[in-house]
Amino acid sequence: MTVAWQDVTEGTELPELALPPITRATLALFAGASGDHNPIHIDRDVAESAGLADVFAHGMLSMAYLGRLLTGWAPQDRLRSYEVRFGAITPVHGRPVCTGTVTRIGEIGGERIADLDLRVTLEDGTVTLTGGARVALT
Amino acid sequence: MTTSTSTGTTMQRQRFIGMSTGTFETVAERGRLRFFAEVIGDADPIRTDLAAARAAGYDDLPVPPTFLMGLDAERPDGFGYLTEMGVDLRHVLHGTQAFDYHRVAVANEPLTYRSRIDDVFEKSGGALQFIVRTVEVRDAADAPVADLRSTIIERRPRSAA
Repeated sequence: MTVAWQDVTEGTELPELALPPITRATLALFAGASGDHNPIHIDRDVAESAGLADVFAHGMLSMAYLGRLLTGWAPQDRLRSYEVRFGAITPVHGRPVCTGTVTRIGEIGGERIADLDLRVTLEDGTVTLTGGARVALT
Repeated sequence: MTTSTSTGTTMQRQRFIGMSTGTFETVAERGRLRFFAEVIGDADPIRTDLAAARAAGYDDLPVPPTFLMGLDAERPDGFGYLTEMGVDLRHVLHGTQAFDYHRVAVANEPLTYRSRIDDVFEKSGGALQFIVRTVEVRDAADAPVADLRSTIIERRPRSAA
């Protein structure tokens, strides 16, 4: 399931993770599972009262999907840091695709560390999340 | 859950810099972690099966990388600090989220969360207000588990200032 570390080089791409369309049910369940109960993600009346056409997905849902990309590639205990910037909202029925690339390999604190460039893109090309992670290779 | 109107200028809110947003103890329950894995579609057996988690070297089900932020929302007053600052939750966006990991937390271990407001600033002539919060997660031995940093953005289309 995980990679052969000696084969990881700058430019190595993580296997892409394509998600099914995000449903309203997913948003309701994610609100409960994640603990983020902000009604803007689950109650269309509240979204409309804020001038929005509809609810939109939690940013942390996309970050959780991107987390799956990471822990599907490397065991979680090798993950040293993980950060994202939320650049665009993900509408209901959006289909996120998570991708990652190794941009640099270096030594930090005696460990061989891969720096990853991460992003989540919708099918219309909108980039909803950009970010990075550091993964210990040895 | 409040949906009150936005109040407070950036300067008024800057007096909250350094303010604690609470210290509390919590645990990630196994059932909750299984539910979270199901919702995000993570089929890795270490997320749901204790034997698989132990075989992978964890004492219990490992807490997924972003779930630590979810537990933070369980602090007693939830989004109370935002209400106190006059933020309208309907206009809030999550701007950035960062995690530094010291080790992997697991289900059922006591975790202590200590958080504070780190910065408040505005952009776009006050149309966007940024609130930066940091959260320290420590274990029962007071050893660091993870450091979290979040930026919340309040959109203020018709300036409330």
